[in-house]
Amino acid sequence: MSNHEQHAPLGFWRKYVFSLDHKVIGLQYIGMAVVMALLGSGLAMIMRIQLAWPGAKLSWLGKLFPNAFPEGLLAPEHYLSIITMHGTVMVFFVISLALVSGFGNYLIPIQIGARDMAYPFLNALSFWVMVPACLVMIASFFVEGGAAASGWTAYPPLSALKNAVPGSQWGQTLWLLAMALFIVSFTMGGLNYVTTVLNLRAKGMSLMRMPLTIWTMFIAAIIGLVSFPPLTAAAIMLLFDRHGGTSFFVPAGLSIAGKPVMHDGGTPLLWQHLFWFLGHPEVYVLILPGLGITFEILATHARKTVFGYKMIVWCLIVIAVLGCVVWGHHMFVSGMNPWLGEFFTIGTLIITIPSAIIGLCMLATLYGGSLRLNAALLFALGTLALFGTGGFGGVFLGNATSDIFLHDSYFVVGHFHFMIGGVTLFATLAGLYHWFPKMFGRHLNEGLGKIHFWLSILGFYGMFLTMHFVGINGAPRRYYDFKAYKMLEGLQTYHLCITISAFTFAVASIIFLLNVTWSLWRGKKAERNPWDATTLEWVAPSPPPHGNWDGPDPVVHRWPYDLSTHAGAKDFAMQTEGPDKAPVTS
Amino acid sequence: MSHSTTTTWDGGGLPFGVSWQKLMMWLFIVGDAILFASFLAGYGFLRLANPNWPDSGQIFHMSLIGTMTFVLISSSATMAAAVGASRAGQREKATRLVWLTALGGAIFLGMQAYEWSTFIHAGARLSTNPWGVPLFSSCFFVITGFHGTHVASGVLILALTAWRNSTGKASAEGVELAGLYWHFVDLVWVFIFTFFYLV
Repeated sequence: MSNHEQHAPLGFWRKYVFSLDHKVIGLQYIGMAVVMALLGSGLAMIMRIQLAWPGAKLSWLGKLFPNAFPEGLLAPEHYLSIITMHGTVMVFFVISLALVSGFGNYLIPIQIGARDMAYPFLNALSFWVMVPACLVMIASFFVEGGAAASGWTAYPPLSALKNAVPGSQWGQTLWLLAMALFIVSFTMGGLNYVTTVLNLRAKGMSLMRMPLTIWTMFIAAIIGLVSFPPLTAAAIMLLFDRHGGTSFFVPAGLSIAGKPVMHDGGTPLLWQHLFWFLGHPEVYVLILPGLGITFEILATHARKTVFGYKMIVWCLIVIAVLGCVVWGHHMFVSGMNPWLGEFFTIGTLIITIPSAIIGLCMLATLYGGSLRLNAALLFALGTLALFGTGGFGGVFLGNATSDIFLHDSYFVVGHFHFMIGGVTLFATLAGLYHWFPKMFGRHLNEGLGKIHFWLSILGFYGMFLTMHFVGINGAPRRYYDFKAYKMLEGLQTYHLCITISAFTFAVASIIFLLNVTWSLWRGKKAERNPWDATTLEWVAPSPPPHGNWDGPDPVVHRWPYDLSTHAGAKDFAMQTEGPDKAPVTS
Repeated sequence: MSHSTTTTWDGGGLPFGVSWQKLMMWLFIVGDAILFASFLAGYGFLRLANPNWPDSGQIFHMSLIGTMTFVLISSSATMAAAVGASRAGQREKATRLVWLTALGGAIFLGMQAYEWSTFIHAGARLSTNPWGVPLFSSCFFVITGFHGTHVASGVLILALTAWRNSTGKASAEGVELAGLYWHFVDLVWVFIFTFFYLV
């Protein structure tokens, strides 16, 4: 059936703002993520300035925010707020939004041959719930006491007691409300993803013919649906602890500033369990789509079929299942039973096997390929590099024996920035360079793209590889000023190096933003299929209209990676090409 | 949901043989079930951490709770009958049965309100109670309250479904979707009943 006629032209508001079109919603998410990324990275730069030059005065910030920066000097309690908000914003409101919500919405229907999501209204609603989530999160900076200061993990009792630190006042409550809105929005999106992938595929698009991007989005959506509810439950209980006088997470015998706290019987460990039951799978919600996009780009730009497609799919599923039962490796120092620790250690280390297989499949995909070293492929290669180095650090943190030494040190900060900061960010950028021609009908500038890549990868390794060494040398995370501790004074040079790398990365990002702005209007025009890619979105015009394909519904005849399998001038076969055009291999 | 009620998938039978609407409802139910499971697991965690937990058998009126449970489970039966009638095309019968189900839910809510008020009169508050560990009443109010909210929203959904069905707007599948949610809310109560009142 064709439902193209229902996608009639709409006015500006219905077309670009309150749109039901999955592609517009996807781009809205990406745009929102860019805005939040400016906030998140701005916070990071403030932290880096403070750590490299403790006591440096930022007089212009002092004028803007006299409470947080009295006379331009960052107050220690607000340093904690900045850490918390940087983590929360980056994990939930930048990476999740750009990668899972942004690319997920844009790519899922168009890559499986559907004209839209299963329930477009719910999809639009999910975006319009995310908007207040972002606004509430930003608003928390401006309430009394400032933004939440208990870390992105919001550990009680710091997050449960309103007078623990200044940020534990309304900032923490708004943080919880914003997270609740985020979860509602994310759940609505996830429901749409899973049902769309299962029920709306085009004719011939069997599960094992789906592009890996779709597989990873599909699995990520399932993990999200399974793992977010425990955090919802925990957030509700924490709100009751804060405003209802209950003690779910607060033990007896605490006192603040000499005054005993009127709570009894709870345990902060319950929060840690519930939080990490979400928190760890959330890592895979973010990482897996990054890997899927990377496969897509490696195959297309190396002109090679993806190596081990079925094995990769099964590895992704194994990672998803195991990823949901190893949350305890974030809690090795919480005093858990050593046998339980053993269980979490072994589970975590088993995950390295499918992860390593995926990494090797990426390398094997590249082997013997004819690489087009454009910005998209460079960023995909960067993702692969970060996945390798970051994963290597993960082995040390997944093992209770070494984790007890490394726990809460800069080693952890370096590791997770490689993984949920780096793999995801580089994959997002690779995806933008790759799909920008489809999204806007124009190419990004290649020269600027390459400068962007080299500065980014240099800055990124400079920041986070260095952090690994700082951590091994004993620097704990979340400290305000390392010069105040004699044993850590010697690490100041490293901190300076990290900050310089951070500035390098910031310069690269500014170049990227300029590139995007310039290319949106002046970039080289793109045809339908500028990369000689094989998947269904490249059958549609660039940019695709509402309803995606100008012709009849696409029919799929082959798997998505029919590259370099055919002799002759054209080395690929698109998924829509029938057996009369080229033999169907899979 | 204009254009998506029929699906473009025509490569054989649908996965799981269900429409996307029903699939979405099932997925939502799985997520919501995990939410309740988290609450109950948290409750179990706290109860095990507090050895002097009050003996619930001494505090709750088991006959009242038993009647509540009976009413709620009976409403699941009328719901199942409503879905059957709706499928058989007996619209008026289906409407009556959905109204009856909503009535069962409303009676349950009324009895729960009565239970809460006796509990509060006996001195229980969100943050304290006369029987010992304060978390006992905290868990009670939060978890039964959360379930009660689900029942209340379920009654609203049922009333809406009954009204839409009487005017001919609801399809048999629409009735079934409301039924799925209602059965789920009932099933959750069975677990809450077991872990709060029996164990």
